[in-house]
Amino acid sequence: MELLRGALTVAWKDVRLELRSREVVASALVFGLIVVVVFNFGLNRAPGSLAPVAPGLLWIAYAFIGVLAMNRAFTREQEQGGLDGLLLSPISRDAVFLGKMLGSLAFMLVIEAALLPVFAVMLDLPTLSPTLGLVILLATIGFATVGTFFAGIAVQTRSREILLPVLFFPVIVPVIIAAVEASALALQGGPMTAVWTRWAPLLLVFDALFLVICPWIFGYVFEG
Amino acid sequence: MAAIAGQQRGKASRKATYRDPRIWMLLLAAALTLVDGYLIFMVAPTDLVLGHIQRIFYIHVPISILSFLGFLLCAIAGVGYLIRRTERWDRLAHASAEVGVVFVTLALVTGVIWARPVWGVWWTWEPRLTTTLILWFIYVAYLMIRNYAPTPQQGRTWSAVVGIIGFVDVPIVYYSVQWWRSIHPVQVIGPEAADDALEPIMARILVFSLVAMLTLFAYLLMERMALRGAEDALSQLRREGNSD
Repeated sequence: MELLRGALTVAWKDVRLELRSREVVASALVFGLIVVVVFNFGLNRAPGSLAPVAPGLLWIAYAFIGVLAMNRAFTREQEQGGLDGLLLSPISRDAVFLGKMLGSLAFMLVIEAALLPVFAVMLDLPTLSPTLGLVILLATIGFATVGTFFAGIAVQTRSREILLPVLFFPVIVPVIIAAVEASALALQGGPMTAVWTRWAPLLLVFDALFLVICPWIFGYVFEG
Repeated sequence: MAAIAGQQRGKASRKATYRDPRIWMLLLAAALTLVDGYLIFMVAPTDLVLGHIQRIFYIHVPISILSFLGFLLCAIAGVGYLIRRTERWDRLAHASAEVGVVFVTLALVTGVIWARPVWGVWWTWEPRLTTTLILWFIYVAYLMIRNYAPTPQQGRTWSAVVGIIGFVDVPIVYYSVQWWRSIHPVQVIGPEAADDALEPIMARILVFSLVAMLTLFAYLLMERMALRGAEDALSQLRREGNSD
């Protein structure tokens, strides 16, 4: 209970900061749009519509946005010494982790929800379904958990912009695979048994595993 | 102190060199690797289907296995370091990650060379290949984090943490790629058939090769750990010199 209250306090602080500055969500939204536009030029030579590669484009854009948002979430703390305050506050490190992770999760879900209709229009996606929503939620939890953890390390180094993606992308390969495959099935609107027997359980296992490990070893990130 | 011993390189220090287990491990590894080369190229029969390219398998399989051993050691040593906080654990973790990266790089390169004539493609997104490649990325990031950390202390702790996360991640990567591939058409025929039809002489040479590569692995690990020890001693001396 103590853990949850601490986590929610930290998350609420981030949300309030964001509501006042609109720094992360606004810039990430514009970034997401430009990614779709640039992809369009890059894939111009593909025959026919972009619908078959649309799930892939969607998740590449989401993964890049995730890196951007999570880097920002910690850089903002670092700039004005907020991180020291956060670490000195009388809440445990795992609560700090969960709070930062919940904050990033909220930002990313807002950005993803806002971008999805734009993607649907630009890439001519056939359907938007509740299954897709669930897949996005599960995959984004995985992104936010691993990303927040590595952002905590990367922010303390000189080369934080490059270190976060280098650490983040190899580890979230399973999430990308599961999210792309499940979204493709959900967007086709056909039989979705593979989503329920494979991809959703895979995402759940990944999320559960890292939601246990990351808060547990997060304390080591802010030592020395 | 090793640094001071260099100035008075007399009988005593030379004697100490011969007592160093690294020398013996190096000699053993060199001898076994030479014999291994002879066995692979002169003794092992030429594969009926694959031809001479199959010989790369005697090197490729052992170094792949040993790279996994390196990463396993690295994860164990990382946990050991986080619990005990001693230099020895960190030295082992660092050395096994570096040797593991060298071996996994060689495994990828030899695999690619083998795949081109046998499968017809340099690369395919097969589960084992893909997992090995992701493993390479994770442990390259592991070595980067050591270099980019502001203090060596932080580098040790962070890399231990990254090593643990990477190790937990690998089985998930493997299963996800396996499921991913199984719903896509597989363009190439896997090497499993060749593995089953292994001649007894081929199997024996493979085991010999594994032992030879294991001694090489052990030697590189020992040498790297000793080098890390020397590096630590040097930076310690530098710090003392600066504080005077």
